[in-house]
Amino acid sequence: MKKKSFLRRNLFLIIMLLALIVVFFIDQTIVTGVITKTKSNFLTAATLLPPILILAGLLDAWIPKEVMIKYMGKDSGLKGFFFAFILGAVAAGPLYLAYPIAAMLIKKKARYSYVVFFLGVWSGLKLPILIYEYKFFDIKFTIVHFITVFILFLITSLIIEKLLTKKDLEIIEETSYSMIEDK
Amino acid sequence: MTIALYSIAGGLLLLSIIFDIEKTKKALKSSLRTLKNLLSPLVSIMILTGFIITLLSAETINSILGSQSGILGIIIGILLGSVAMIPSFVAYPLAASLLDYGAGYAQVAAFICSLMIVVFATLPLEIKYFGKKATILRAILCIIVSFTFALIVGAVM
Repeated sequence: MKKKSFLRRNLFLIIMLLALIVVFFIDQTIVTGVITKTKSNFLTAATLLPPILILAGLLDAWIPKEVMIKYMGKDSGLKGFFFAFILGAVAAGPLYLAYPIAAMLIKKKARYSYVVFFLGVWSGLKLPILIYEYKFFDIKFTIVHFITVFILFLITSLIIEKLLTKKDLEIIEETSYSMIEDK
Repeated sequence: MTIALYSIAGGLLLLSIIFDIEKTKKALKSSLRTLKNLLSPLVSIMILTGFIITLLSAETINSILGSQSGILGIIIGILLGSVAMIPSFVAYPLAASLLDYGAGYAQVAAFICSLMIVVFATLPLEIKYFGKKATILRAILCIIVSFTFALIVGAVM
């Protein structure tokens, strides 16, 4: 693995901190608002991150590639989508917390279209959201939402697989490895 | 949901400790590595999210989406949804009030859908995980999903 400089690795963070400083001189109230929201975002993530990271770690240590390949590997067919759906539906938290789990699935050689489906279900169809949605809109809307987005995500996962070459998939494996392993 | 998550993780961790302490150590080491790699991008995303939420108030969203209609409204809904990083439990009441203000079901559906699945702020992190091509492809497809969903909602509701 290439060792990137500190600056390159933390570029985004540095830019955000600089933005905070710049905006501070333009309008202090914006910055106080931003910091408050940042703190509450941090609290949310800090609450959800430990169990998710523990699950990802347990996945890493306990599930050998062979088991993953059996259930979510290249030839798993519908089974793979089923498990990807379960994983995504029982999730909690924003999309970016799904990435470590997705990376772990990739590391264990799950088929990429299942991973994409998993990410989609996590972001758009997870159980807490559906329940919440049902409370605010009517049952018709929720059912339409579920069926439509479910089918569209299935199509999306298959399309993405068609559009990615073997080299692309290798890059995906490489990048997700680098986020899981030591840099 | 958080309680369920903690219970499942805690339960599995306990089982792991009972069955194989070495594997458990491996698991926790892996978790810590992931955390270490996540820290910097995560904090940056939170600051970015803070910016977006602060600058994109409910009133702004209301005024722009409320009086639009048709395909243009759907497109605007998608654009707004993709940059507005508000949590779902805030977004849904907002969407309900948008409907009261007269926004169409399709436009609101576009907004809510893209809010959840098209997230510009997390793209940099996703690129770090899965590379540019995979991320951009997925993002474009999610935009199409939101658009299609909006059209279907418009037709059905």
